[in-house]
Amino acid sequence: MIGIVGYGAYVPRYRIKVHEIAKVWGDDGERFSQGLGVHEKSVPSLDEDTATISVEAARNAMRHASMVDPADIGALYVGSESHPYAVKPTATIVAAAIGATPDMTAADLEFACKAGTAGIQICMGLVGSGMIRYGMAIGADTSQGKPGDALEYTASAGGAAYIVGRENLVAEILHTCSYTTDTPDFWRREGQDFPQHGFRFTGEPAYFKHVTSATKKILETSGMKPSDFKYVIFHQPNGKFPREAAKTLGFTKEQLDLGLLTPIIGNTYSGASPLGLSRVLDEAVEDDLILVTSYGSGAGSDSFIIKVTKENEKRRTPNPTKRYIDDKVYVDYAIYSKMKGKIKEVRLEK
Amino acid sequence: MSKAVGIIGVGITKFGEFWEKNYRDLITEAGLKAMKDAGIEGKDVDELYVGSMTPGMFINQEHVAALVADYAGLTGIPATRVEAACASGGLALRQAYLNIRSGLSDIVVVGGVEKMTDVSVSTATVALAGAADEEWEVFHGATFPALYALMAQRHMIEYGTKEEHMAMVAVKNHKNGALNPNAQYQFEITIDKVMKSAPIAPPIKLLDCSPISDGAAVLVLASQEKIKELRKDNAVWILGSGQASDTLALHDRKSLCKTESAVKASRTAYSMAGVTPEDIDFAEVHDCFTIAEIMAIEALGFCNLGEGGKMTESGETELDGRKPVNTSGGLKSKGHPVGATGIAQAIEATLQLRGQADRRQVADAKIGLTHNVGGSGATCAVHVYGRELK
Repeated sequence: MIGIVGYGAYVPRYRIKVHEIAKVWGDDGERFSQGLGVHEKSVPSLDEDTATISVEAARNAMRHASMVDPADIGALYVGSESHPYAVKPTATIVAAAIGATPDMTAADLEFACKAGTAGIQICMGLVGSGMIRYGMAIGADTSQGKPGDALEYTASAGGAAYIVGRENLVAEILHTCSYTTDTPDFWRREGQDFPQHGFRFTGEPAYFKHVTSATKKILETSGMKPSDFKYVIFHQPNGKFPREAAKTLGFTKEQLDLGLLTPIIGNTYSGASPLGLSRVLDEAVEDDLILVTSYGSGAGSDSFIIKVTKENEKRRTPNPTKRYIDDKVYVDYAIYSKMKGKIKEVRLEK
Repeated sequence: MSKAVGIIGVGITKFGEFWEKNYRDLITEAGLKAMKDAGIEGKDVDELYVGSMTPGMFINQEHVAALVADYAGLTGIPATRVEAACASGGLALRQAYLNIRSGLSDIVVVGGVEKMTDVSVSTATVALAGAADEEWEVFHGATFPALYALMAQRHMIEYGTKEEHMAMVAVKNHKNGALNPNAQYQFEITIDKVMKSAPIAPPIKLLDCSPISDGAAVLVLASQEKIKELRKDNAVWILGSGQASDTLALHDRKSLCKTESAVKASRTAYSMAGVTPEDIDFAEVHDCFTIAEIMAIEALGFCNLGEGGKMTESGETELDGRKPVNTSGGLKSKGHPVGATGIAQAIEATLQLRGQADRRQVADAKIGLTHNVGGSGATCAVHVYGRELK
């Protein structure tokens, strides 16, 4: 059985409230907060980017899976839509930081918000074929939202890392499947600072179609039903979409709530589903079944059915996701602008 | 004036936001339904009219009359596009009506269509603003919500109309739209919800506005002789057709609150039909914003100038009221694919007079009216329909 040997999360400590952003743009903060189901979002500091977030998460994963020799990590993938370099991998920085180089393969992945779960599937393939002993997949982002755009209320930062292997599993991955089409609901071209989106098109034909299709497919192939699961995690671009998807598919609020982090940390893009899962794994006990469906614009969804082992309770991570969620320092829009490099003159060369 | 004209077929798509249907799919779908409803074939059609406001800006396609004829399999017949902003459908209907009345044709197909959701909201807003005066209004930043907000503010000052009156229009139309299977928004709303909706251009709020929609509607018109020949005993007769114009820019009007074009067009239509406002059993009016319905029922003579808000509050315009208005849900709830709107209104009138309006049927409806406005009122088309030929 292939599964999760260890995992680690990281969320920057800075937060900005939706009301603070709304104040700047003359919007009604309460309306946006209610409408999006998001109250505040995480903000990466000036010296944080996808590489640093990935390194933090990867180190936490290595601490969690202390029996794993970094030299046995045969593959490392970083999925993100905010890699610091257009050309030059983030994955090598992370691999070097955890001591996994040089006898390994590494690459950066991009599939909007689902590149992290795509990395888990790739590692499953490599482990399953016997090409590697352990693989690490990371989903992390410092996502961008154009000043004044609706995305600015949710685009945040964070990430989680997963070590995939065959032994010392805290959770088994029983099934995985994907649902992929060419659907241009959200994109950012080379050289552009901010992504564009297709407004309402991002809902029904994009997010909902892919999330529900992938989830229905995995339920069908596994012969399981929504009530079999203790927890469910859907990609969470805001607080509203995952709730609607859960309702449509027949999942309850109780199954969804623990892994729904967007209301308090915003949309961490490639980090969103991986962080939702890490939050759930922090508390899950033996035999709990977890269903995860990620979503990436463009568009596709990856679904996973995960079963928690006895090992998970014995080996709780020293740095649980909640630690990062609870540790917060609020910033105002001016500081946020500086941290996000929106004030061009003081922007750090990246 | 040799011939009476009747509606023998209607076809409409659902209105809404259709990611997987394009302009031609929509009009062809509505057209096929109308032809089937009329029980005629392509070879029976003499001429074609299409009302469409600005496909050039919405889908980069002009020359749509030939396109529609092509996709309808009607290539060869005269096909003409009619444009008068949001009144494109109403004017296309009038052209089709005039064509038959002139004796030139026996059967004319007239459709209206718009595909508005393929572009961003800002592009759509700019496209629609083309119906206003570019040099004197749009250039200075006025969009349609802003222009109607000016009218609403003036109406409030002059006649004491309240924002709640406008909200009542939205609530009523959603109540009707909830009964219309082709409506974009088939749900009810409350006054509180309207009052608390996002401000757009005070006093206009989000739920005072009709939506951006995709949709198409098609009618088959026929001459009296043809109707006899085809034994169409459910034909609905066009008893009167009126059209009028006003200044393009709002500031050139004598009053911001009185839609002169609607007054003139309705008087022409009433006189042709030999009816008075009292005789109208129900009306479909152009509620692009809720204040527009209040001004419409005043201009049509259903109440005195300035009393539209009170008439709405009294419940007279409700489905079971003395003068039901917008039984289809109106533009507010049914949706407003601009070119299709004028035709969709005529379809609602036809269904009501045929007794086929299902759960929103007005009891014993004999005479109906449609009121279709272009821009802020520079164009208006009013038609009066009857179950019986007078």
